[in-house]
Amino acid sequence: MLITCPYCGPRDVIEFTYQGDGNRERPDPASQNFEAWNAYVYDRLNPAGDHNEIWQHSGGCRTHLKVVRNTLTHEISSVAFMRGDHGRGDHGSAARRKAEDKS
Amino acid sequence: MSPRRTDTGGRVDRLKTIRFTFDGAPYTGHAGDTLASALLAKGVTLYGRSFKYHRPRGLLTAGVEEPNALVTVLKGKVREPNIPATMVEIHDGLVAISQNRFPSLAWDINAVNQLGGKILSAGFYYKTFMGPVFGPLKGTRFWMFCEHFIRRAAGLGSAGSAKDPARYERMNAFCDVLVVGSGPAGLMAAKAAADQGARVMLADLEPLFGGSANWSDETIDGAPAADWARRTVAQLAGRDNVRLLPRTTVWGYYDNNTLAALERVSDHKEQPGKGEPRHRYWAIRAKSVVLATGAFERPLVFPGNDRPGVMLAHAAERYANEFGVLPGERIALFTNNDSAYRAAVALKKAGAAVVAIADVRPELSPEMRKLAAEAEAEIFAGHAVVATEGGKALSGLKLQRFDMTNGTLIGDPRSIHADCLLMSGGWSPTIHLASQAGAKAEWNAARQAFLPPKPTQSWIGAGAFTGSFSTLEALAEGRAAGLAAAGGQSTQSMLPTVEAVPGDPDPAPVFEIRAKGKSFVDFQHDVTAEDVRLAHREGFVSVEHLKRYTTLGMATDQGKSSNVPGLAIMAEALGKPIPEVGTTRFRPPFAPVSIGSLAAERFGDLKPERLTPMHDWHLANGATMYSAGLWYRPMIYGLSGETVEQAYVREAKATRERAGIVDVSTLGKIAVQGPDAALFLDRVYTNMFSTLAVGKARYGLMLREDGLAFDDGTTWRLGEQDFLMTTTTANAGKVMQHLEYFLDVIWPELKVHVTSVTDEWAGAAIGGPKAREILATCVTGTSVDNATLPFMGIVRGEIAGVPVMICRLSFSGEMAFEVYSGAGYGTHVWEALVEAGKPFGLVTYGLEALGTMRIEKGHVTGAEIDGRTTARDLHLDWMLSKKKPFIGSAMMDREGLIASDRLELVGLIALDNRPLNGGAHIVEEVDEANPHGSIGHITACCYSPALGKHIALALVKGGKARQGTRAHVSDSLRNRFGPVEIVSNHFFDPDGSRMHG
Repeated sequence: MLITCPYCGPRDVIEFTYQGDGNRERPDPASQNFEAWNAYVYDRLNPAGDHNEIWQHSGGCRTHLKVVRNTLTHEISSVAFMRGDHGRGDHGSAARRKAEDKS
Repeated sequence: MSPRRTDTGGRVDRLKTIRFTFDGAPYTGHAGDTLASALLAKGVTLYGRSFKYHRPRGLLTAGVEEPNALVTVLKGKVREPNIPATMVEIHDGLVAISQNRFPSLAWDINAVNQLGGKILSAGFYYKTFMGPVFGPLKGTRFWMFCEHFIRRAAGLGSAGSAKDPARYERMNAFCDVLVVGSGPAGLMAAKAAADQGARVMLADLEPLFGGSANWSDETIDGAPAADWARRTVAQLAGRDNVRLLPRTTVWGYYDNNTLAALERVSDHKEQPGKGEPRHRYWAIRAKSVVLATGAFERPLVFPGNDRPGVMLAHAAERYANEFGVLPGERIALFTNNDSAYRAAVALKKAGAAVVAIADVRPELSPEMRKLAAEAEAEIFAGHAVVATEGGKALSGLKLQRFDMTNGTLIGDPRSIHADCLLMSGGWSPTIHLASQAGAKAEWNAARQAFLPPKPTQSWIGAGAFTGSFSTLEALAEGRAAGLAAAGGQSTQSMLPTVEAVPGDPDPAPVFEIRAKGKSFVDFQHDVTAEDVRLAHREGFVSVEHLKRYTTLGMATDQGKSSNVPGLAIMAEALGKPIPEVGTTRFRPPFAPVSIGSLAAERFGDLKPERLTPMHDWHLANGATMYSAGLWYRPMIYGLSGETVEQAYVREAKATRERAGIVDVSTLGKIAVQGPDAALFLDRVYTNMFSTLAVGKARYGLMLREDGLAFDDGTTWRLGEQDFLMTTTTANAGKVMQHLEYFLDVIWPELKVHVTSVTDEWAGAAIGGPKAREILATCVTGTSVDNATLPFMGIVRGEIAGVPVMICRLSFSGEMAFEVYSGAGYGTHVWEALVEAGKPFGLVTYGLEALGTMRIEKGHVTGAEIDGRTTARDLHLDWMLSKKKPFIGSAMMDREGLIASDRLELVGLIALDNRPLNGGAHIVEEVDEANPHGSIGHITACCYSPALGKHIALALVKGGKARQGTRAHVSDSLRNRFGPVEIVSNHFFDPDGSRMHG
């Protein structure tokens, strides 16, 4: 699998570390809403198809990347910097909505 | 020259004799021979015993798909089992032995298994050995009793236990076009792509490029095809943009056109060349791939089709034309298609008598009749072989009239005397790589074969791989594929001309002749046609279930010859067409791969290692080193004659009585800098850091998001916006990633930068009652008294002219100081400290003494912060700030994490004064015969010189409440049982008066 890092170019997956599901939305730090925290820490979509993921180029520039990967074909349709939208922009919630619509 | 060896022709060099042994007996062969061809030339018919029934087996094929003739090759003390004899190139000194026989190949005791064929049918293991026990001869317990005998009787070669001294290496390669297979199609593709200027790699698993050109006896451009192949290869070899990889099996097709290949660099040599590895693992990233992997001929399924002397037709043709070896003197053929007629002509030309050709088809074309006449063979159209005769070699066979429209046999059988029977059941394109690459194979009814699917990755097929079985088609498709792969335009130049015997590529749809006797589908796993039908009768209708129940296609040959016939028989049983039954997906590897090649250089001398700046000093001063992850750290500095325990007890005692110094350079060190650094640390740690004064340090604890403990360490405030965080040695990388994740993903608005500085600083911790006095004699530029350097204070000064940073903190429980200097000055400062300590009796100590003192103090490390414990479990709840949220604060108070019966940290004292063991269970009542009722386990243990007792830290259920009570250790693995007292984890100096001074 190759991931095209916006800084470093196409690199083998061996240079990257999976840093988790990109659809997670971290509750407000002071929030005591246990359901929301539980969903953030444990609930995952596990879609068959496009999946929003966070990868770190740990063997390169160490940037965190927002990657859309097809779990069936490993095709990567987009790679962007995580910092671009503070990590929880429309990207994550749109995919979640889409997945919920399907279910 | 042996009678089986022809006088001329083929790739062998008859002037070069090579000596080797097989099962201890000396043999000779010629350069260019495989073990199979050399033995066949000597008239050897018996090569192995079958997996389950121990039936005698001969050569079925001449290539990688060989299921029968598996051998073990011995090199020194190293044995490599299960290599097809067809893939072993002989060399002087080669030692090969047969497998799965006892006491010898010719006389095998377990051959009686043949008589018990009914018992060993499909599903034998499941039926006999699983489930509840009914009577003495059933169920799981019976399996446990029988396993030893069955494992010995059923099987392949045995692996060796000697360490493999061979070297393996890995190569990463990039190319525009990777061509897999070097037959006419592959060679044309490589040439066409190379002519376009593309960077080309050409790989073939055989030692000699050319594929079928080496044995087809056709002509290309007026020359023998083998000469054309050699000429083309020579042209390719001379080009800078082409890399040729013979003996290289491309075994995996992965995402993004990444392919894995195994090159057998020196297996065919008596000694590898200087610097040559045994195998080389190639990771190839190709812009485009040409798959020209050819096709495998299929056996026909009929009674006795596994007898030694029964061989695939093309294999015999190959032995005759490529190796100059005749597989027999009186040869019969049995076929459902035209391709076998060419083999008949080839064998006749080579000097054998072709006595009969049995063809299941009632009508034969005039061309085939002409070929049969050329071979002087009698034709039996509309006939089938219904039995074979002979023991360890074929002596004859029986033919019977056969109606292929309904599979019935008519009339009386008729005997034919022959010592070799060639069979051809049609051809299956070698689509394994294409299947791995992602798509489902497509059934072609005319070819009676699965053809490659539409590409889901960037590959192009050519030749027999696509179901185009003629050489002319192979050349045309190969050139087109090479051009397209290299991005070139089609060319007007002429294709080479081909002279070949004619033939219809489509076989008759006949896979099996149903008659009395065992008809084998999977030769390597001894699966018969009846086994497949039995599986169907017992309700296995899915091809995936059939495969697992019968183990069809699950041997080391991965069903290369058996998949399609097995599927056809299943389809017939189900009454469904083959495509509806479907096929299983091929998975990597295409052929077995050596584990050594996958590990390549990543072990032994070439494993990466991390050394502290003082590493050489430790070695020069008697340290025994200990590997901790990639790091090497002193374990003890043993005196001559000292045991490890004596050494660490001496070191720990001297530190508590006088002073000791230890290398702590391996601790993770992260510079946390920026306007929001303090705020960031407040969020990351459970306790406050924004309130920490500049020039002070604080012990900090981190949790994970789920509320469990993650890592601990001290963080030093060097400036208003400048912190130096230390982590445990093992977690340095994980903590760094944790911080980067939160800064990059969760809080990108924070103005903080984190930098790993582990390797920039050398660290030495000096502790003990004399530590401050020692420092005072060698530190300049600052005082180290209590007022200037209080507990958790930081000062800057110099030691021996080198700037140092000194922080007063303690892991040992003594008054202690961590002295950090630039890594390049680490040894210089260390030596100065050691020198200054001499008058005070300073000792150097290693990890064992460090561990002992931390256990005495009850400090936690990774053994206790094990990913299951909370801050409360470790009595660190005093560090959980209530004034702010932090990572993990929302989840740490979940019901399960605050339950009263959680494993909590305690101390243990052995009441029988014997050593305790890490990992031992703690129980309330000892029951040596039936250990049970664990209430926890030991995480760390030592002999404590300070207490004069064997002590341990342990995680025990509701441990805090149990302090002051007794329990027992129960360790049946090491047979250690005995009473212990549960105490506080703070064994030594619990109020900290020693470190506060």
